[in-house]
Amino acid sequence: MNATQTLVALWTLVLKEIKRFTRIWPQTLLPPSITMAMYFIIFGNLIGSRIGDMDGFSYMDFIVPGLIMMSVITNSYSNVASSFFSNKFQRSVEELMVSPMPNWVILSGFILGGMARGLGVGLIVTIVSLFFTRLTVEHPLLTVLVVVLTSALFSLGGFINALMANKFDDISIVPTFILTPLTYLGGVFYSISMLPNFWQGVSMLNPILYMVNVFRYGFLGVSDIPVGWALTAIFAFIIVLFFVALTMLERGKGIRS
Amino acid sequence: MAEPALSIRGLTKVYGNGFQALKGIDLDVQQGDFFALLGPNGAGKSTTLGVVCSLVQKSEGKVSIFGIDIDKDFAKAKYQLGVVPQEFNFNQFEKVLDIVLAQAGYYGMTRREALPRAEQLLRDLGLWDKRNGNARMLSGGMKRRLMIARALMHRPKLLILDEPTAGVDIELRRSMWEYMRRINQDEGTTIILTTHYLEEAESLCRNIAIINHGEIVRNTSVRELLAELDTETFLLDLAEPVSQPPVIEGFEITQVEPSQLALVIHRGQQLNDVFSVLSEQGMQVVSMRNRANRLEEMFVSMVEAGNNAIDKRAELNKEAQA
Repeated sequence: MNATQTLVALWTLVLKEIKRFTRIWPQTLLPPSITMAMYFIIFGNLIGSRIGDMDGFSYMDFIVPGLIMMSVITNSYSNVASSFFSNKFQRSVEELMVSPMPNWVILSGFILGGMARGLGVGLIVTIVSLFFTRLTVEHPLLTVLVVVLTSALFSLGGFINALMANKFDDISIVPTFILTPLTYLGGVFYSISMLPNFWQGVSMLNPILYMVNVFRYGFLGVSDIPVGWALTAIFAFIIVLFFVALTMLERGKGIRS
Repeated sequence: MAEPALSIRGLTKVYGNGFQALKGIDLDVQQGDFFALLGPNGAGKSTTLGVVCSLVQKSEGKVSIFGIDIDKDFAKAKYQLGVVPQEFNFNQFEKVLDIVLAQAGYYGMTRREALPRAEQLLRDLGLWDKRNGNARMLSGGMKRRLMIARALMHRPKLLILDEPTAGVDIELRRSMWEYMRRINQDEGTTIILTTHYLEEAESLCRNIAIINHGEIVRNTSVRELLAELDTETFLLDLAEPVSQPPVIEGFEITQVEPSQLALVIHRGQQLNDVFSVLSEQGMQVVSMRNRANRLEEMFVSMVEAGNNAIDKRAELNKEAQA
């Protein structure tokens, strides 16, 4: 395929993915907005007013970046996991496999589709948060960079999960038992400086902590951990997961007999 | 001489559970041919085609499509190839037009290039009125036609049809045959067909390969194969019912119904001999037709012979081990 044909193929796949999640918007775009509105009302407004300040900011202002990041992470991951697995399940993945598209284009198409949903939901949640607080963004470029990278990273995770999954249960295990606990313990609702030393150390092993903190740094200008170190870690994870996913795709893991 | 549309050498496939689906098959399909690959279930037809389409990873062997080795440049080879699989493999929740346009996009065709082609194919296959409907709302026959339209979007030179008319009613099957003949004759598309309807292979194909237990047991022209047919079975409808079938020396006659007989004719025997004896015995034949299509008889006998040979080998092995 020449460069133009490759771009057409990639755009076709991305557009197809965007059409898929917008077609079923009551399942994909609406629920996170309602859930996050509930978080803002209950944790931000009702309970938050009794908690007081966190790291020098109102509790509502503190949790908004974390909750935006949480919705980006879960939606990027689940979009790719469920879309690619459905393609496997319905065998429509064969449409891609018989085509001359290189594997990296197939992978990138799904990742960009997952990012479109993750970032789209992130934008919706940001708009919803404006009903509850006045958002200020201290470092806009960093904020955009970290949310885009995080979305790409979790889209890759969703892709690998879908490749390995044999049944629908397999694509809900990781989000339920790994992703959700790590997100909740990743400093979305609290600053890790509140934890005893031992648990602060344990928290540092949680990769989501870095993403939430750098994202919060972009908004508020405060972070529990060094920003440069966190960005390097996210980049490194993306590179590793991209090559793992690509190798699995080349070998036909879960899609070729 | 032009490169074959498909050339397979020493193709072997051993699945993860140790099952050897293909045992080093060789096969050539010439450009412009209408070729049938026949075999009972599990014989290796779909595995062979799966390797050609990149859905199955081969264990050993070489596959070339129009001279392009799939190990060297699979992407280039895939441009020559259109695939209509046995099972529906499109997203049932997508619109018909979106499905064919997306497939064109995967081959690098822009929407502007693909739209006229999609309209032409969907019109030819009677799906244009359904273009904005969800694919899941289509009937089984329409879904099969949608897969044909999708496979032809990028104008492949080799079209693989894996049981394209399975579960399709007779009228529709005939119209699909007409369409396949047209693209083979008018557009010069090479077609490889697997089917369980041997009448389909006999009617459409010029050349044929029969695969059984992962081996090609026959590879010849349909005409040559039919010429070898030893026996033919006719059904004779009698004017009056009979209590038992007549006995005529040298002929095999059985009673199917009270007023219907099955007559097996071997090469060199004359039907007239049977009619005259029946007439002498007071039996009037009012109509006559072939019981099964001729290729089917040939196919069954070949597969049975293959199975017997395998049983025999197994017995000999057992004896040798004992």
